[in-house]
Amino acid sequence: MNRDNDKGKILIGRTLIWGGVQFLMLLLIIVRLFYLQVYQADKFSTMADDNRISTRLLIPPRGEIVDRNGKILAGNRQNFQAMIVAEQTASIEDTLAKVKKILPISEDEEERIREDLKKYRRFVPIKVKDRLNWEETSRILLAASDIPGIVIDDGLSRYYPYGERTAHLLGYVASVSEKDLKRDNDPLLEVPGFKIGKDGIEKQFEKELRGIGGNLKLEVNALGRVMKEIERVDGVPGERLQLTIDARLQEKAYELYGGESGAAVLIDVESGEVLAFVSTPSYNSNDFVNGVSSKIYDALLANERSPLLNKAVAGLYSPGSTFKMVVALAALEDGIITKDSKVHCSGRMQLGNHFFHCWKKYGHGPLNVVEALQHSCDIFFYDIAQRLGIEKIAAMSRRFGLGLPTGIELGGEKSGLIPDKKWRMERFGEAWQTGETLIAGIGQGYIMTTPLQLAVMTARIANGGLEIKPTFIKSDEKSRKKVRNMRLSKKHIEWVKEGMCAVVNRSGGTAFASRFNFDGQEMCGKTGTTQVRRITMKERQSGIVKQDDLPWKYRNHALFVGYAPHNKPKYAVSVLVEHGGGGSSAAAPIGAKLLYEALKINKEDGK
Amino acid sequence: MYKSYKLGLHNPNLTFREKLRYLNMTYFVLISLLAAIGIMMLYSAANGSWDGWAVNHALRFVLGFGVMFVASMVDIKLFLRYAYPFYFATLILLIVVEVAGYTGMGATRWIDLKFIKLQPSELMKIALVMALAKYFHATTLQSIETVRGIVTPLLMALVPAVLIMAQPDLGTAMMLLFTTGVILFAVGVQVWKFVALGGMVAILMPIGWHFLHDYQKRRVLTFLDPERDPLGAGYHIMQSKIALGSGGVFGKGFLKGTQSHLNFLPEKHTDFIFTMLSEEFGLIGGVVIILINMIILAYSYAFALRTTSYFGKLLIVGLATNYFLYVFINIAMVLGLLPVVGVPLPLISYGGTVILSVCASFGVIMAVYINKDTNLGKE
Repeated sequence: MNRDNDKGKILIGRTLIWGGVQFLMLLLIIVRLFYLQVYQADKFSTMADDNRISTRLLIPPRGEIVDRNGKILAGNRQNFQAMIVAEQTASIEDTLAKVKKILPISEDEEERIREDLKKYRRFVPIKVKDRLNWEETSRILLAASDIPGIVIDDGLSRYYPYGERTAHLLGYVASVSEKDLKRDNDPLLEVPGFKIGKDGIEKQFEKELRGIGGNLKLEVNALGRVMKEIERVDGVPGERLQLTIDARLQEKAYELYGGESGAAVLIDVESGEVLAFVSTPSYNSNDFVNGVSSKIYDALLANERSPLLNKAVAGLYSPGSTFKMVVALAALEDGIITKDSKVHCSGRMQLGNHFFHCWKKYGHGPLNVVEALQHSCDIFFYDIAQRLGIEKIAAMSRRFGLGLPTGIELGGEKSGLIPDKKWRMERFGEAWQTGETLIAGIGQGYIMTTPLQLAVMTARIANGGLEIKPTFIKSDEKSRKKVRNMRLSKKHIEWVKEGMCAVVNRSGGTAFASRFNFDGQEMCGKTGTTQVRRITMKERQSGIVKQDDLPWKYRNHALFVGYAPHNKPKYAVSVLVEHGGGGSSAAAPIGAKLLYEALKINKEDGK
Repeated sequence: MYKSYKLGLHNPNLTFREKLRYLNMTYFVLISLLAAIGIMMLYSAANGSWDGWAVNHALRFVLGFGVMFVASMVDIKLFLRYAYPFYFATLILLIVVEVAGYTGMGATRWIDLKFIKLQPSELMKIALVMALAKYFHATTLQSIETVRGIVTPLLMALVPAVLIMAQPDLGTAMMLLFTTGVILFAVGVQVWKFVALGGMVAILMPIGWHFLHDYQKRRVLTFLDPERDPLGAGYHIMQSKIALGSGGVFGKGFLKGTQSHLNFLPEKHTDFIFTMLSEEFGLIGGVVIILINMIILAYSYAFALRTTSYFGKLLIVGLATNYFLYVFINIAMVLGLLPVVGVPLPLISYGGTVILSVCASFGVIMAVYINKDTNLGKE
């Protein structure tokens, strides 16, 4: 009985103990709750937001590129894309079959669509076809109610209205490469489908044109599906970029080349503003925006006229006779000749046991610097070059910007070459030969320049020796006043310019056929023809083969530099026609027409 | 007539009216309150829809409430008399699950009776407590204090526990053994025996490890270090902690739990419903749930103390302990204090068997309380 009492008491006692233990255990849970929900609440709130909020970058519209009159050179246009959202259709096969009736879809494309449909989650829109035209877009939209799962998405894609005509100037935009990602840590680059400038102005002004990406905060569920928009922060659109280019002149310059290969630059002699800048043949920037097809790219690579090379800044050519103004100025400035100093041209000149020939077999007779320029007499320049020596010629060349990068706002610019004694020694380990000075005197031999450099040189002569720099961006008054004067004798420049005007406007001048008179405004200039192969002794005796009979790639390069109007120069031009035959016949007409057009437009705009 | 008297299916002590008068209404109200919270949370879990979970849960609780009421009207003598037959019948059901219920589909825990899936392991929780209560009701303290005296009750617990573990349902098996342990403690088994048993378990643990299924091992490892595998097994517990923590003191508001409604929280309508509640109602909501459960338990133990019969007392202690284990294991699990073992929060989590077994337990507790002064004597 006693033990029975104990048994009951023990049960009560131990039940109370166990009840207390349970109470403490539930208290422990409350403490734990307090720890998680009060002490660690901030940490877990952040983690919950990380879970549910997905931030997406909004691509800012890329800045437009316009010409000096506001005409669009590179713009953005609506890009309509047809997309399939798998979860919105009961049968993908059915949807695809219906879409195929409206849009032409190749087998390759269909395979890609099917792969994408497998790869991504069912609510992700898969691209069926982009760059739909208006008709396709409206047909899809009309049929959309019958085609479950089809969606039209409109994004922006880069568009170049002038295509080939501005390709070497503007370059193009294309998809971001691995290399780009390493160089640039802008998160925009990681957005699928984002395009960046790959060449030309598009590349050079990438930062300004790109803008700043916006943010879109979305609430997503555990599967990543978007539930709603939380916040939208719009980015900053890319800057509109106004170039000094005049679209009308740019177009004209490209047209003037026809199918010929070469480069032309038209420049304002006072400001250095480039109004036309072409390299022909060219490629179409629009072909590169969505990834160039291998068919087009292979054709561009195979073309012997190298359409991918920007000949205006990256093509190197002997300046030939267009270099003679620099030699003449060097001689005048050095004082070894004046306007009256005459040199007798007999058609050839002997140095040691070598003969140097003038282009005119039986010579020009005696002529001064103006006449020498007018007829482009080689003997005159051999003579003064020999007397000057290479160092003085090189120094004057550099003052005119030859052999040095011009600093134009484009990548890939070549500096060219102005040889001197030091260079000769370093390059070949041999001393400079006097014969090489003679060859340099007519702009041949080692001298290499770009068409842009020649345009700058011509502008600096035309403006009376102001050291302008070429630019695509409109300069303000202030920077224009900062232009350095080269401190050349006014008289000397006038004489050289007189020579250039004689080339065009005096009977017997090498560009006489290209002369024009536009409201009393005339052009002055200088032709150049440079050999791309040696003329052998045998050929010289048997009579030189006519240019037209030679294969294209052995023909001479044709050059022309000029400015207009003659009395108050405004525009300078440099024209190169690769293997064009002769400067007078191939290059001067292009230069003349371009200057004429510039004067005409200037007058029209002035009204 | 004579036979039915022998079975004792009518109560000579109390009339139906007396039973109704002794019934504690507060107890049933608290239980219904939890079920109502469950319905509300299931409405939220379905993103604001009554269809499916919430309605089903309500219907099940109505059924459960009926079971609870009927159980509370049963004469305590019947429980005492049929404790062993009930236990053995349940044991046979468990074996049927093992043999006939084996379909090769992995875990088999129920017999499909079409209208309801009968889970014998849930029934066993009540049957075992009843059988043990009857055993200790009849035994003496001297016998309890000998090793031989506790061999039989240990076997009574171990046989079903092993069967349940083989299903495999580690959570229920552990609960069964723990409840048995608490009953042994309550009846007066010396504390040093528990210490000795604890020592033995510690030694045998590495051996037992080999008998665990891979997923069970993973759960234990994940519990020890949830960040070990944040996208795999640790994902659930991590997301649960994020949901809880981000709820803060006042919660994100009803239907506004982001972790729950955006599906970052797994099993939000079953095992993790407490997490969802705490995300939407914050610390306050969680504490309210725990307080209601504390009051229910306090009432249960008060009933036990007020009951005169040893059998009745022990029956309540065992069943209340069972309920406590459900609540504690579930909440501790979602808080990352225990491994994820798949124990629901009774009355609130979605699921039919648990609501019925818990309601039946509460009914039995109430029946004991109604018969608090019935003298069961010694058999």
